[in-house]
Amino acid sequence: MAIDRFTGEHSIAFIRVEQLFDLARRNSLWYMAFGIACCAIEGLMSASGPRFDFDRMGVFFRASPRQADVMIVAGTVNKKMAETVKTLYDQMPEPKWVVAMGACACTGGPFREYPNVVLGVDQIVPVDVYIPGCPPRPESVQYGFMQLQDKIKKQTEDRLAARRDSH
Amino acid sequence: MTDARDIATEAGMLAPEGTHHPGLPPAGIRRAPEGVDGLTTEHLIINMGPQHPSTHGVLRMIVEMDGEEIVSAEASIGYLHRGIEKLAEHRQYNALGTLMDRGDYVSGIHGELASALAVEKLMEIAIPAKADYLRVLLSEINRIASHLVWFGTFGLDTGAMGQFLYAMRDRENLVDILEGITGARMMFNYVRPGGVLADLPAGMAAKILEFCSGFDKYIEEHHDLLGGNEIFQHRVKGIGAIDRDTALAFGLSGANLRGSGVAFDVRRERPYAAYGEMEFDVPVGSTGDSWDRYMVRMEEMRQSNRMIRQCLEGMPEGDFTAKVPRVLRPPEGEVYAAVESSRGETGIHLVSQGGDTPYRFHYKAPSLYALQALEEILPGHLLADVVMIIGSTDIMLGEIDR
Repeated sequence: MAIDRFTGEHSIAFIRVEQLFDLARRNSLWYMAFGIACCAIEGLMSASGPRFDFDRMGVFFRASPRQADVMIVAGTVNKKMAETVKTLYDQMPEPKWVVAMGACACTGGPFREYPNVVLGVDQIVPVDVYIPGCPPRPESVQYGFMQLQDKIKKQTEDRLAARRDSH
Repeated sequence: MTDARDIATEAGMLAPEGTHHPGLPPAGIRRAPEGVDGLTTEHLIINMGPQHPSTHGVLRMIVEMDGEEIVSAEASIGYLHRGIEKLAEHRQYNALGTLMDRGDYVSGIHGELASALAVEKLMEIAIPAKADYLRVLLSEINRIASHLVWFGTFGLDTGAMGQFLYAMRDRENLVDILEGITGARMMFNYVRPGGVLADLPAGMAAKILEFCSGFDKYIEEHHDLLGGNEIFQHRVKGIGAIDRDTALAFGLSGANLRGSGVAFDVRRERPYAAYGEMEFDVPVGSTGDSWDRYMVRMEEMRQSNRMIRQCLEGMPEGDFTAKVPRVLRPPEGEVYAAVESSRGETGIHLVSQGGDTPYRFHYKAPSLYALQALEEILPGHLLADVVMIIGSTDIMLGEIDR
């Protein structure tokens, strides 16, 4: 930070490019509009609705995986759906994150006895944040996104620290 | 205009009727009937879903296009199959509501009520009057909440955004009420065999009445905002018409059937809970197009609001649940119980062979019938109308796939 000569305010920030990118990334986590089941009403619709309004923390939906940063897996994934989930994940550009929302996406939930149900979406795609609940409240989803932001921040710091140590 | 499919069939280009297998692309892919009217057209197969922002869940439509016009449409379902019917065979009777909540997840109370009614019919349990009123109250609150989700997303399907925010604003108030009564925002597990989980908490009646008086005004605002929009009217009027005979032949129910001019409402024809004592009108459309279905659902919200007031006024004193054993063991037999859910006649066919779990549990999902009718009504429309017509039938993939 540097003090502006005229206004006396902090106006110039010295920051590594990586940190700048991560600052931007974690404040514009656009998720893919991909509701599978019940959790979609809470995690995607209520979340973008007026009360919870995730838009204020930069979290907003995009209709295409090509434009999305985060995939919220909101619902039960069965074996017919698994292939699609994997394809959509592969279509997302790097860097990308996955939020497993609700009991079904975490472990199979109330349907885990049924052989057609995938026991947690982490068997198909790597998951960054697990949000428990059936369904989780929108507040839980918001907390999940805050955890994801912390994770992104920490990833950069760890990377920079590792590079510093190696010199 | 000559039907391209007829031409292609005559030219021997298409597979004969009945030989097409689901999962494969529809017959006629990339085949050009040549030399008709000096023009060559090539059919194009467009795949919509299962990830599509407007298909209301994980529906996959395979649409065969001739230019901009739909020649045939085929729905591929099963992307949300979780085996609710099979799992129910391994659940105790008072745990069936938990599964039904996750069937039609936007109107959970109706699913719970259907399964509870089936068990009560089988065991011949007498329900206290207060429980009946609470069931009607919660059903109607949930119906408005469900219709508001439909209203918001139907507007999104036609390209409008504003009404979604207003609908979600009202829905959050309703969800607060539901949460206050049942303890959950979506998965209530409130209606149990024998009655309901809990009485209204103190001060809740006043809160509901406050919502009701506000909603009288808001519903007109919603209607003006979306239904008063001329672009919206052009998008929906005369589009996706289901005539009376088709609607009956496909076994539609709920607003989809009433939009086609058949005044059938389970609440009126086979009253359950306290619906026999309620005063309400059954709105009916005339031509069965998307506009009629829209108007029927808007009127249903007004009628639900009316019934909520009646429930609170006529709420009897007494217990909210009958005395039922902790583990229910109905006698042998089979029953069918149906309720009017937000999407139509949700029915439960329950077969018991004694014991504490059902032998067979069939879930009659109204959306499945509406989906089948879609394949009939979509040909002849434009691709841009597909999403709108799917939205107008208000199908819920959770209960279609189960």
